[in-house]
Parts: sequence; C-alpha cells; structure tokens
Amino acid sequence: MKNKVFVSGDEAVALGVKLAKPNVIAAYPITPQTIVVERLAEMVEKRELEAEYMYVESEHSALAAVMGASVLGARTFTATSSQGLLYMAEVMHYASGGRVPLVMMNANRSVALPWSIFGDQRDSLSLLDSGWIQVYVEDAQESLDMIIQAYAIAEHKEVLTPVMINLDGFVLTHTFEAIEVPTQEQVTKFLPKFELEGKMDLDNPKNLFFSSSPAHNILFKAQQHQAMEHSRIIIEELDKQYEEITGRGYGGLATGYKTEDADIIIITLGSITGLVKDVVDALRVEGQKVGVVKIRYMRPFPEKEILQLCKNASNIGVLEKDISFGYHGTVYTNVADALRTTGKKLINYVAGLGGKNVSFNDIKNIFGELKSIDDGQIVQTVNFVGVEG
Amino acid sequence: MLKMLDQEEYFYGHKGCGGCGGSLAVRLALKVLGKNTFVVLPAGCMSAVGFVYPQLCFSVNALISPFASTAAMLSGIRVAAKSLNITDCNVVGFAGDGGTADIGLQALSGAIDRGDKIIYICYDNEAYMNTGVQQSSLTPYGARTTTTPPGDHIHGSTNNKKDMFEIVAAHHIKYAATASIGNIPDYIRKVEKAKNINGTSYIHVAAPCPTGWGIESSDTISIAKEAIECGLWYLVEYEDGVYKLNQEIQEYTSIKVYLKKQARFKHVTDDDIKIIEEQRDKKNNFIKGKVKKI
Repeated sequence: MKNKVFVSGDEAVALGVKLAKPNVIAAYPITPQTIVVERLAEMVEKRELEAEYMYVESEHSALAAVMGASVLGARTFTATSSQGLLYMAEVMHYASGGRVPLVMMNANRSVALPWSIFGDQRDSLSLLDSGWIQVYVEDAQESLDMIIQAYAIAEHKEVLTPVMINLDGFVLTHTFEAIEVPTQEQVTKFLPKFELEGKMDLDNPKNLFFSSSPAHNILFKAQQHQAMEHSRIIIEELDKQYEEITGRGYGGLATGYKTEDADIIIITLGSITGLVKDVVDALRVEGQKVGVVKIRYMRPFPEKEILQLCKNASNIGVLEKDISFGYHGTVYTNVADALRTTGKKLINYVAGLGGKNVSFNDIKNIFGELKSIDDGQIVQTVNFVGVEG
Repeated sequence: MLKMLDQEEYFYGHKGCGGCGGSLAVRLALKVLGKNTFVVLPAGCMSAVGFVYPQLCFSVNALISPFASTAAMLSGIRVAAKSLNITDCNVVGFAGDGGTADIGLQALSGAIDRGDKIIYICYDNEAYMNTGVQQSSLTPYGARTTTTPPGDHIHGSTNNKKDMFEIVAAHHIKYAATASIGNIPDYIRKVEKAKNINGTSYIHVAAPCPTGWGIESSDTISIAKEAIECGLWYLVEYEDGVYKLNQEIQEYTSIKVYLKKQARFKHVTDDDIKIIEEQRDKKNNFIKGKVKKI
C-alpha cells in the first residue's frame, strides 16, 4: 500500500531528508528559517532520525559546520532562505570550490530592502555563479523526491558538487498537499551510503581547502566546470533510476507541457508552473496553441532542452520572480542565450516580486500579448507585471 | 603531565618568516596533540605560509576554513566525528588575533555556547600580519600598523586591546588560559590540559612577530618573556569558574625598555607610555581581583 500524507512543502522536505539519513544537521533558526529544521529537530528528539543536530549562531556558521562534517564523511543537511542565503554566500563559493557534496534547501524569499517576508527568487538567482547545482521544484511531491535525488547527485563521484533545492516561499513552503512518501527500502536502494573518496582520515591524513597559485587555480576551476557539465548526464540517469524504484520521474533539466505544437510558450521557474499549465489548458479549449516550459535546473542550465522544447514556437515569454537591475531577469538572460541563433521573439515578464500575487488573468494577458506581437514589431524586452495600483 | 615532546614534526616545511612566533605555537601544540588530530586554520599567517598547493605542510588532517568560520568548522568536524564514532581524536583550531577577536568572534561564541569538545588556540601577534600589518582589535595602544600610522595627531593604535580571555571566560567555558611562547613549559602544559578537557577549551598564546613588531628574528622568545615581566601580558587559567594566575610578577620591569626594543613603538612618547602603564595596572588589578575572589 502506498504511504500518502497531507503535508506542507516544508514538511515534504523534512520527510525527504529523514529518508536520506543524514549524520549531521546544522541550522540557524532565523533570517528567516522554515519549519523544515523544526520538524527535523523533532525527528532527532524522537530518535526517528539518528542524526546530530547542531544549533549554530548564524547561517554562515551553519554552512561552514556542515562543510567540516562532510569532509569527515558525514552526510549533512542545512536549510535557509533569503537574507540567510545571502549571508552564506561566501561559504557557498567555498563549498563548491572545495567540491563538498552538500545538500541545502532554500525557501525562495525576497531580499531587503525593503524588508519583505514574502516570496520571490532573487535570493538564489543572485547566487547562480556560486558553483552550486540549483534545482527549482513545482510542488511538495517534487520537493521530497528532489531532496532524495539531490544527495545522489551531489555525492556522485563524478559530480561532487553541492546541490540547492529551491522551494517558492509561502506558495510552496506553507501550503499543504497530499504526497506519496517512498519507503525506506526504496530510498536505501536508490541512495547508497555516503562514501567520500579523499575524505579526512586519521590513517591517511589530508590537507584540504588549500590555496593555489595562478598556475593551478584555473585548472581547479576548469575541473569544477567540467563536473557541473558532466552532471547533466548523471542527473538524467539518476532520475530514471529513481523512477524505476518509486514510479516517479521528472525528466531532466527542463520539461515541457503541451509544447509539441505550441506557437506560443511561457518559460517558468518553480511553483508558478502549475498556474501557467492551468491557463494553457483553458486556452487550449479555445483552440490556442500554447504551452509551457518548466526550467527545473538553473545550473547546469538546460540549453539544449529549451532549444528542443521551443523548436516550434515563434513567440516566447520568460516569466520570472527576479530582476537583475539594469538588464533583464536572470532567467531571461540565460534563455535568451540558449535561443540566440533561432530568431524567435522573446519577452521578459518580471512578476511576483516581494510576494505580489500572479493571477490566472495575469498569465492569460501575457499569452494574449505574446500572441499579438506582429512580425517586425519592436517590443519592450523587460515588462513588470502588476506594477500599476 | 607531558614529560617529553613528540619527536615527530606535524607542521614542517612552511614558509613562515624567521623567528615566527605563531608557527612555533602551532608546531609545539601539534607535538602535544599528536597524530590523531584534525586542524582548522582560517585565512591568516599559518594558512598563507603552510597551505599553498602543492606544498602542504601539515602531516595531520588539516583544512583552511573561511575567515570567520574557524570555530564553526571545528564544531562540524567534532559533531561528525561523534556521529561516525571517531572517538580518539583532537579537533584543534589555530587562528590569529584578527581571525579570533574580530571576524571570528561570533562563531567562537557559538561554539563555546554549544560546549563542543574542541580546542581553540588564538596565536596573538597583535595585528593582521600576513596581509601587511594592519590593525586588529588586539593591537595594543600606541602600536604602529599600516592602518594606524603614527603622526602628530594620533600616535599609532588607540585600541585598548580587547580582553579575549575574559570574554571567553564570561561564557563559563570549561577551560580557558592565556599563554606565551615566552614560557614554553607553561604553554605545553596548557595544551595538554586542553586535550583532556571534556568540552570547549580556549588558549590565547602571545606569539611575537619579528616582521610586524620590528625586532630581530632571534629575539622572539626573549621579547615574549619581557612582555610578561613588564606586566603587559599575564599567564592565567580559568577552569570551572576558578581563576588561577600562573606566573606572579613581584616587580614589573620597564615598559619603556620593552617598547623601545620594537620598531612599532619607536614613536611613542613618555605620555603614551604613561597611558600604557595605566592600562597595564588596570588590567592586572582586574585579573588579580578575579583570582582573589575565589
């Protein structure tokens, strides 16, 4: 019998972490934190999870602590959000450069100023260059499944790159859904015991996280890039294995919904995808050929997948909860590069900043606008949605 | 009590300056702690001189942490060791004065609060030395640094030198001590003591820097001794709420003579020296009061 539970996105993450059996969990409770770490603390207290739970005095220390733990061969977990993620920024580069296979959950929330406790994706997207694999999930089920997959990806000996699982703040972290929880046997079959080659070892001591001269430094960076590029194949393979064991797969770095014959496509990131799919269904009833591409991984970036999924579309909108001031939204910049040789019409819609609601009608209007662009018409690249009023 | 030092070298082949006090503190501590040791160093002199790939100078497990993260990484290692059943090991950090009293203070406070079984050794050379002698919050009053250039208006550093030992003791830490490479038997005894403490321990070891202080490389130990004798450094321990002075000085030697041996104090006036003497008396009275009370 399948084990179904009704949980929030946060709780789904906690269930996933529990099944991955980490040795060490370190977290700072604020700036802001989510109930993920509270649930994990309860599990540790009840001995449902045999892990060491570390209370640390900041996010910076949380990430440093799990780095130290990981290179001793311990599987670890930490979680954060927004300002806390930015406070970790230094250590994030450190962890990826040190090839430490950490897994972290981030609740995507707006960054100050102005202060806002609501969601957008500017926190993690501003750290796109920190060397972490970045996953954006759509719902609670994907949250749980991707936490488990994240450990297998990060710890794969040909990858050894930290993974960040991003959940939209509030929309995903604080809403409840029925999800299916895999059995411990299934997860144990999928996720082998953590064995880190080159870990610190009393019988075979190591000097780690060293300095390097310019002659060597670029070599390490090239290797880091190669590992990230190579992770594309590993991510796909592991997703297939996960599907064979649990019956649920997600299809790699990006997925399409009704894109095959679509003239008009909206490209999304995270939980907004569900709403865009609903609009697509409604417009399809009216006979409009529309579709949606969901980007699942911002790094490594699904360049080939986007090209393939958008191959029949002429007009494309990139809808994102982010803006890189003075240019475009970061997702748009990446998509535009992927489609640079295709001559497709591409428009950037910046929406949902600081928790601003994006409605069914907002999306319908975007599809309408995309449809109405005539050949040769010059359109504004970046468009803020919902600024008026 | 340790009778003979380990003949094995665990920190060897580094590029430290001649007469480097900090590297001596690291080398001696590792001889006490032995091969079953995990070392964490933040950015600082020791990581700069001993940790440049492919020339790596530690023959025990060691890593460089982010600058602010010495204590957090030490804790992570200790907690992981517990989870993985690695019991017979030491987890020790060596951070400079800036890495401890400035940028690393928050993480250190967190680790002491948790009570993790780690040893934190601050080697204090009284400025950011490896980056070119900039002032830290442990730079003493009057000292010339590249960020406190002495002139007509300001005679070098105006700091009062944060009392790290007292800050740490105020956490009700299991064990804290000051030490000096001017008294090596005392330092070694304290590292040995810290090794056997079941909780967090902190040792603040005075470690002169010939390059930054402007002394001969052969004078590191003698100037460290003199700092104790003139009362600008004292040797004290704190254990389970009890303070203990380790070296009583009956009569202070001249502060002026101590200062004038160092280029960093060349410019100080008699008025400056008076201020430094007052600081010395205040600090010594404070610590003696703590010792007496118990």
